[in-house]
Amino acid sequence: MNGNTKNSSEDEVWILKLYVAGQSPKSVTAFRNLKKICEEHLEGKYQIKIIDLLENPQLGKGDQILAIPTLIRQLPEPVKKIIGDLSNTERVLVGLDLQPAKKGAFDG
Amino acid sequence: MVEEKRKEIGLEILEKSPTGIKGLDDITGGGLPQARPTLLCGSAGSGKTLMALEFLVRGAVLFNEPGVYMAFEETEQELIRNAASLGFDLKKLIAEEKLAIDSVHIERSEIEETGEYDLEGLFIRLNQAIEQVSAKRVVLDTLEALFSGFSNTGILRAELRRLFRWLKNKGVTAIITGEQGESALTRHGLEEYVSDCVILLEHVKRNHIYTRRLRIVKYRGTKHETNDFPFLIDEDGISILPITSLTLDHTVSNERISSGVVALDEMLGGAGFYRGSSILVSGTAGTGKTSLCGHMTEAACRRGEKVLYFSFEESSKQIMRNLGSIGLHLEQWQKKGLLQFRAERVSLYGLEAHLTSMHKLINSFKPAVVILDPINAYLSNDDELEAKTMIVRLIDYIKSSHITGFFTTLTSAASVEQTTDINISSLMDSWLLLRGIEENGERNRGLYVLKSRGIANSNQIREFLITSQGVELKEVYLGSTGILTGSSRMVQELIDQEEEMRLEEKINQLELVLERKQKAMQTQIELSEMQMKADEIEIKVKIDELKRQYQRINLRRQDVQASRTKKGHK
Repeated sequence: MNGNTKNSSEDEVWILKLYVAGQSPKSVTAFRNLKKICEEHLEGKYQIKIIDLLENPQLGKGDQILAIPTLIRQLPEPVKKIIGDLSNTERVLVGLDLQPAKKGAFDG
Repeated sequence: MVEEKRKEIGLEILEKSPTGIKGLDDITGGGLPQARPTLLCGSAGSGKTLMALEFLVRGAVLFNEPGVYMAFEETEQELIRNAASLGFDLKKLIAEEKLAIDSVHIERSEIEETGEYDLEGLFIRLNQAIEQVSAKRVVLDTLEALFSGFSNTGILRAELRRLFRWLKNKGVTAIITGEQGESALTRHGLEEYVSDCVILLEHVKRNHIYTRRLRIVKYRGTKHETNDFPFLIDEDGISILPITSLTLDHTVSNERISSGVVALDEMLGGAGFYRGSSILVSGTAGTGKTSLCGHMTEAACRRGEKVLYFSFEESSKQIMRNLGSIGLHLEQWQKKGLLQFRAERVSLYGLEAHLTSMHKLINSFKPAVVILDPINAYLSNDDELEAKTMIVRLIDYIKSSHITGFFTTLTSAASVEQTTDINISSLMDSWLLLRGIEENGERNRGLYVLKSRGIANSNQIREFLITSQGVELKEVYLGSTGILTGSSRMVQELIDQEEEMRLEEKINQLELVLERKQKAMQTQIELSEMQMKADEIEIKVKIDELKRQYQRINLRRQDVQASRTKKGHK
C-alpha cells in the first residue's frame, strides 16, 4: 500500500534496537515515536528491542553507541543508525529506508 | 619555596600527576594537573597519540595508576601495534587490568539525526571502562572526531562542557587531544573547555629536516617553562629535551685534571682544569683543536676514566689515524671500553633528534669527559638562534651532570678572534684560544688561556707545536713587532745561541789565561822555594862551620891558660 519497492518482501522481519539510558524524557519520546512509525509502516512485521545502557553499560560498545537515544535497524541489512528522539518522522523514514522513494514511484 | 609559603597561608596547591615521560615532568614542575583534564593539541603526526599513550602506560607501570584509552580514530589493534613500536606491551597491561581501550567509531554517513539527543552513550561507555580497571587516568584521542560525527554543534558543545565537568568530578587525570586549527590551538576550539593545562606539539620542517617540539601554552597555577622544547620519539618512548635546571646550583669540584699537555697544565696554575668544568677551545681551521681533544682523551683514559667523543666532521677512524700520527694511540682505550666515539653529521637528523640521542648516550655511558668537536657543526644546518639555545642547554646538561666538557669551536679567520660564534663563552669555565700567527711567509700556531675561572693561569701566549710526540708548547720570543714564532723564533734563537757561544768562548779564553798565570806563579813559587831550600842548606853549612871554628878557638884558649898556670906555680 506504500508502494515500497525495495522492501516489498512479505515475510521480512524488521529487527530494531533502541538504545536508551534510563527513563529519560528523550528516551520515552523516542520509544513513543518509534512505536507509532512502526505501527503505521511495518505493522505485524517488526520487533523492537529496548536496550538500557544504564543497566547494561557494556552493550554500548558493540553497536558503537555514543548518542542517546540511538535506533539501530539490525534487519534487514544493511544496518542503519538513527540518533535523536525520532521526532522528525520524515527523517526517520529516510533513515530506515521506509519512505517511498520518489524515483521508485515513477518507475512503478 | 612559593609552594611552601602557600601551604603556610592555607592556600590549596595544584596537585600534579607525574607523567613518567622523560623530561616532561621537569618542565611542568611535576606533571599534569591531577584530577583535571589537560589539552594536548597539535597537527596530524605531531605525536599526540604516542604521548597520550605513554602517559597511560607510564602511569600504569610506574605509578600504579590504571588508565582508560578512548580512541576515536584508531582501532584497538592499531593502537596495540603502534604502542609496540615504542616498546609498550598494551596486551599485557590489558590482561593485568591496568589498561582499558575503547575504540569509538564514528561514521557520519551511517547516522541519521532525527531530533533531540545527547551523548550519554559516550559517558556510559567511558564510565564503564573507568570502573572496569579503577582508572585514575583517561585519554580521549581525538575528541574532536565527534564534530565530524554529529552535525548539531549546539548539542555537541553542551555535551563537551558536561564531559569536562564530569571528568573533573570523576577525579581522573585526563588528556584530551585535539587537532591543531589554522588560527586556533584546536580546530573546534576545545581549548575553551580546558582551563588548567594546554600543551602544544608541533612537527615543523626547517631546511628539509623535520623536528618535533613541545610547548606548554598554559598551565594554571604553576611555574612552567615557556620555551619550545624539542622532543624525540624512539624505541624507548618520548624524550623531551633537555632536562635542564633553571637554577645555577651545580656542585663544584676542587679536583684538578690534566689536559694531557704538561706545558698547558703549567699554564693553568700547574695542575690543569677543574674536574666537571666546561672548557672551550676556539680557533681557526687547522690550529690544532682536535689534537688538544686527543690529548685530553688520552689523559682521561690513562686515568681510567671514560670518555665520550662526539665528532661532527671526521669519522672516528680518521680521527684515530690522525691522532696516531702525533703519537696518540686511542684504539687501545676504545678496545678497553673507556673510549666511545660517536661520529655523525649533525644534518643527518634534525637537531633535536641528534641532541636527544646525545643525551641518551651520555646517560647510558656515564663518561667522565665529554668531547664535542666542533660544536659549531650545529650552526651550519639549522636556525642559528635555535641551535644556540640547544647548545647552551646541552652544555648546561653536561655541566650539571658533573662531566668535564671539552668543546671546540671553529672561528672564521675573518671574525674577531675573541667572539665565539655561539656566544657561549659565558658558560665556559676555561677558554683556550688557538690562533694562527702569520709572519715572514709562514703560518704558525699560538695558544693562550683567555680565561680560566678559579685558576691562576698564565697570561702568556705560547707557540703551539704539533710534533710526532704530540703537542708541545714553546715559550715565544717577543720581538719589536710582537711575538715571534716559527722560523723567526728559530732565527732569534740562533742569534741568541751565537751570542751565547761567543761569550762562552771568551770566558773560556780568560779562564785559560788565568789558569796559565796561576800555573806560572806556582812554578815560580816552587822555584823560589827550592832556591830557598838550597840557600838554607848552604847557610846552615856555613853556620855549622863557623860554630866549629868557634869551638876550636875556645878549646885552644883553654889549653893556653892551663899551661900558664902550671909554670907560675913552680
